[in-house]
Amino acid sequence: MGPIVHVRDLMKTYVSGDTETHALRGVSFEVRKGEFVALMGPSGSGKSTLMNLLGLLDTPTSGSYQLGGVDVHSLGDDALADARSSLIGFVFQSFNLLKRATVMRNVMLPMIYSEVPERERLPRALAALEAAGLEPSLHAKRSNQLSGGQMQRVAIARALVNDPALILADEPTGNLDTATGEFILKTFENLRDQGRTIVLITHEADVARHADRTLHIRDGLMYEESDAA
Amino acid sequence: MRVRDLVSETVVSLTANKGRSALTILGIVVGIAAVIVMVALGQGTQTSITSTIESIGSNLVMVTPGAPSRGMMSAGATDDGELTLGDARAIAALDGVVAVAPQASSSAVVSGLNDATMASITGTSEAYPKIRNVKVGQGLWFTRSHDSAASKVAVLGADTSDTLFGAGSNPVGQRIRIDGVSFTVLGVTDAAASGGMNGADVGVYVPLSTLQRYLSGQDTLSLIHVEAQSQEVMDKVSASIDQALLARHAIADSADADFSIVTQKDLLSTVSTVTTLMTVFLGAVAGISLLVGGIGIMNMMLTTVTERIQEIGLRRAVGAKRRDISSQFLSEAVALTVLGGIIGLALGWGVSAVVTALSTLTAEVSWETALLAVAVSTGIGILFGYYPARSAARLDAIEALRYQ
Repeated sequence: MGPIVHVRDLMKTYVSGDTETHALRGVSFEVRKGEFVALMGPSGSGKSTLMNLLGLLDTPTSGSYQLGGVDVHSLGDDALADARSSLIGFVFQSFNLLKRATVMRNVMLPMIYSEVPERERLPRALAALEAAGLEPSLHAKRSNQLSGGQMQRVAIARALVNDPALILADEPTGNLDTATGEFILKTFENLRDQGRTIVLITHEADVARHADRTLHIRDGLMYEESDAA
Repeated sequence: MRVRDLVSETVVSLTANKGRSALTILGIVVGIAAVIVMVALGQGTQTSITSTIESIGSNLVMVTPGAPSRGMMSAGATDDGELTLGDARAIAALDGVVAVAPQASSSAVVSGLNDATMASITGTSEAYPKIRNVKVGQGLWFTRSHDSAASKVAVLGADTSDTLFGAGSNPVGQRIRIDGVSFTVLGVTDAAASGGMNGADVGVYVPLSTLQRYLSGQDTLSLIHVEAQSQEVMDKVSASIDQALLARHAIADSADADFSIVTQKDLLSTVSTVTTLMTVFLGAVAGISLLVGGIGIMNMMLTTVTERIQEIGLRRAVGAKRRDISSQFLSEAVALTVLGGIIGLALGWGVSAVVTALSTLTAEVSWETALLAVAVSTGIGILFGYYPARSAARLDAIEALRYQ
């Protein structure tokens, strides 16, 4: 199986006045379909920059990035939005749910931007919620009535609903207690077992251990790739 | 993003914060209602003045002594020009003239069975009721022979009759005294049938020759009423009256005329100009409150954008384009102002109805005003929602996601 994520010599330089910050200095790696990869590094290492590039929220200064066979590094603003909608599923540290909206409405949100036909929305949302492991009794609740673990499951369901090529999880257990975090990580392992491709960004080795493989990043360079047990 | 989804997102966003949405649209509600009521009052006033003017007759041309610059205000003033019965007869002979009623006025103490009062005495001809749209309720109007014989007969205005003889009584055949001269009452006007607005319900009407002989002692006229054949010939009639009187008064230049000619049409157009100006002015003053309401919407939308930065970041992350974001915020602003406009329209309509019912003012809400209100409130939503919506769309997705 060919790589889902194919990154070559990715560089990102921020210019602010006279100072140039080289956040990424030439990063290359691949992620195969069905892989669960951890991207690990301390703060300031460039991992947030890499996540933004992988998540199509930003464009690189140079280098190439192919996602699901699509050359995405040079897309325009609207095309990037479309690509985010169809190729990426985000899971954030702070869940980023619409607090006053119901669970169902949160999960359906990405489908309004990808213009999924209305009759397909409910079955797809239900399937995603089931895959994320959220009890059906919570579907009609407003998201601010849920616990942290439940909120993160809603966020995972939202990430799954457009059937993306890549799930990008940014410190998904950062706001959760250890036990709940373990459950969430188990959920990611289950999703990997169902064939999903996941890149998880973290600074904790305990979290990275759940992945098949860990990519280390420091000072804008990927300095080691090690296969985890 | 589909329109249906946009509408659905808008409804959910606005109902999520009902209290604030309600307070925000209050400004628009009050603004639109104020504009509606003011414009309705202006239009109602216009309608009521117009119908007053129309009730004084049809195709009416009025000739008064005095130079045109002094216009209607100089009616009755004879210092720089005089009209005589001869002038009235000359006008009656002109083409397109259906009827002429000369008029001279004075005022005198009138006493009846019940009471005495100071009343205006109008001396005129038998043609007056037809030309001025005055209906006689009880009895009759005087005839041409009463006029030629200078008979001491009088027709009373309905209100004046009530004063002199008591409400509901029939004074026909009774006697009244005008400045000590005894007159027989021939008839009483019917104010309601005359349109109720032409002033025919007050005063005393006597034959012109009677007034001149017994009461005023002068043979000049204060006014000549002329009824033209039709609306179309009014200007022509007006011009030929001008020529005829200039010739009779031996004046070479129309600019030196010692009389004025005013047509009903002139009056209507003057009134229309004034009341339209008043309507625009009232509407504009009320419009200021609408502007303030619009600024309130913008203020609230800007606050909303700041509060929802993270939501904007999330929406962008899950695939919203910049224009999806701006559409959503613009749609929320427009939804608020349109809703405010509709409620304001209902409120304004209600206030107009109450004002009309409880006061002498007439407030008329026209369909045009209603449509305009909705259009204006939509416009305000777009105008004042545009800047916040653009600010929302311009946010950087990454920074918005990180925003705490």
